[in-house]
Amino acid sequence: MKYVDEFRDPQLGRVLATEILAAVEPGRHYKFMEVCGGHTHSIYKYGVDDLLPANVELVHGPGCPVCVIPMGRVDDGMAIAREPGVIFACFGDMMRVPGSAGSLLDAKAEGADIRMVYSPLDALRIAKQNPDREVVFFAIGFETTAPSTALTLKRAKAEGVANFSCMCSHVTIVPPLRALLDSPDLRLDGFVGPGHVSTVVGARPFEFIPADYGKPIVVAGFEPLDILQAIRMILAQLADGRCEVENQYARVVPYEGNPRALEVMAEVFELRPHFEWRGLGFISQSGLKLSDAYADLDAELRFSVPGVRVADPKACQCGEVLKGVIKPWECKVFGTACTPERPIGTCMVSSEGACAAYYNYGRFAREREVV
Amino acid sequence: MTAAFGEERSPSVGRASTAAPVQDREERILGIIETARGKRAKFRDERITMSHGAGGKATQSLIEGLFVPAFGSEVLEAMGDAGAVETDGVELAITTDSFVVKPIRFPGGSIGDLAVNGTVNDLAVSGARPLALTLSLILEEGLAADELKAEVAAIAAAAEAAEVRIVAGDTKVVERGAADQMYVCTTGVGRRDPRARMATDAIRPGDRILLSGTIGEHGTAVMLARGEFELDAAIESDTRALWPVVDALLEEAGPSLRSMRDATRGGVASVLNELARASQVAMLVREAAVPVDPAVAGASEILGIDPMYVANEGKLVAFVAPEAADRALAALRSVDGCERAAEIGEVRTEPPGMVLVETSFGGKRVMDQLVGDPLPRIC
Repeated sequence: MKYVDEFRDPQLGRVLATEILAAVEPGRHYKFMEVCGGHTHSIYKYGVDDLLPANVELVHGPGCPVCVIPMGRVDDGMAIAREPGVIFACFGDMMRVPGSAGSLLDAKAEGADIRMVYSPLDALRIAKQNPDREVVFFAIGFETTAPSTALTLKRAKAEGVANFSCMCSHVTIVPPLRALLDSPDLRLDGFVGPGHVSTVVGARPFEFIPADYGKPIVVAGFEPLDILQAIRMILAQLADGRCEVENQYARVVPYEGNPRALEVMAEVFELRPHFEWRGLGFISQSGLKLSDAYADLDAELRFSVPGVRVADPKACQCGEVLKGVIKPWECKVFGTACTPERPIGTCMVSSEGACAAYYNYGRFAREREVV
Repeated sequence: MTAAFGEERSPSVGRASTAAPVQDREERILGIIETARGKRAKFRDERITMSHGAGGKATQSLIEGLFVPAFGSEVLEAMGDAGAVETDGVELAITTDSFVVKPIRFPGGSIGDLAVNGTVNDLAVSGARPLALTLSLILEEGLAADELKAEVAAIAAAAEAAEVRIVAGDTKVVERGAADQMYVCTTGVGRRDPRARMATDAIRPGDRILLSGTIGEHGTAVMLARGEFELDAAIESDTRALWPVVDALLEEAGPSLRSMRDATRGGVASVLNELARASQVAMLVREAAVPVDPAVAGASEILGIDPMYVANEGKLVAFVAPEAADRALAALRSVDGCERAAEIGEVRTEPPGMVLVETSFGGKRVMDQLVGDPLPRIC
């Protein structure tokens, strides 16, 4: 495929891998976090980490928007989905995320009308096609998907689609990164910055990472060569004693972001005082809700939701796995209370999470992460 | 760069250091996980969800955790595509399949074609020449007679092409809404070919993995025909009868053919995983060697789907002893429609039960069983 295959050229990959090997200081162990779930997916799909020297370790970050939704919120979604007359629309991968008693997929099997959609506009279309039903869209994701939810809500309001509402669980990228960086036991040497989010927010919001915490960050694209090049750039910063925000994904990401997307988000959303993240706990000003002007489209106001917080078991150590402090198997509940079939924390929910990968691939995964 | 994967467990070539010794606690946890994974899947769910029909882990829990224990037969335990029945020295193969595809007509075929080809192919890849089919129809009240006539014609044409007769049938009608237009069930009987020596657990390290052509066409064609994606591409289902393909393979490499599967629901990835488990071997697939039509590759890219997991209705995967692999591949390619057949990988010992992929980018990863259901009602 033209304009795609060029970024997947195995020969260029080998060149970059050789450069990375040369840039690595012997005896030093590097831990870089790729923040975005999209990067984790590419790394997994192309086997990118297989091309890295053993002392360059990639830690999968909190950027999988599905995995970070806490159990209590899944329960709230299921409660709305079970209301008579409701059509509950959500993205496909959200359907498998477990709440305290089953997932949306289970609720669907029990008779709730839950539809998989690919875009919030699909949910709005369902609402227009079913004027006698209440259609609720379960909105999730970082700043990447928030603008399309915002545009959908604007359109719903403009067209007066009264039977459409939105359960907003959008989150923002900077607060969880700050929370990770604030922890005294952090063991990360640098960040592969989230490319998709940055197309909206730009690269500027990440300036606090080098400025306040002294860690380099390189905003990267999602093709395997993008990721290798970003790692090469982080290593170069470390070798030169530099520490800054660099933009590897300049072909798509403007440093200042997308002002129109930011504008529509500011109109439709406002920050929640705090939002709970699965495995990471409450992080202040990290979640979005609908602004007062859009309160009439807020499903949490239109329906009664339990809103009960379901605590992650105390023993869950996803936060420490994410910070690179412990390996998955060192977590107290790994493999016993927490398994891919019955996950507790964010790292076990997605098949690409660090714990699920270790659980599924066992000794093979372990051999890949030799130190 | 090659990673740890081979006859012995060894650290990756090109890596600066060697594996740290496994600590006691980690060893114990790995042990717990491996014991749990090695056990027959249990069926613990409270209700049936769509994932139980997807051919992945949930389906496996249903088969291994409910059906096999309840029916307790050695033939079922073998987990083949068709069961064997012997009577007076004649070896018969029997298989059954239901078809619920939506929409019932799609580019390249229809539910009628699938109902014949799906069942005769399960016989063929078990090494049995298809003889006869039974046909059950479940029709929704209100179905247009023309729709039914078209599918009956499709069934008749497909049966003729596959050289099988329809010898018995049944019809039921259910209230509007209790079924979606029409469902078709077929049961097939075949006679085991004396040249075939295949079994699901007969695959050995060193065997080569052959694929009979390009993958992903059926699933992609059905998906696009649903019109949910506002995506248009000239992709047709590959539905066809596979007996001529099997016949050519048996003729050229009969005793060297270890096992065969048609890569339907769950795609090539699911076939490889099932057989890696059944034979307790590892498999290594070279992604660059797997033939994919550019239109399918493009649609998969846009939809975020791996063609290795997408259903085919006319492709088989064959495991062949290494010395016969080249001959078998040549025989495959000589069959009409299999010109793009390829050797896509080989069988190894470690890690048993697992399928690894050498990506076209040069890395390596595990190709796991399908979890959940990306594309329901594809066949």
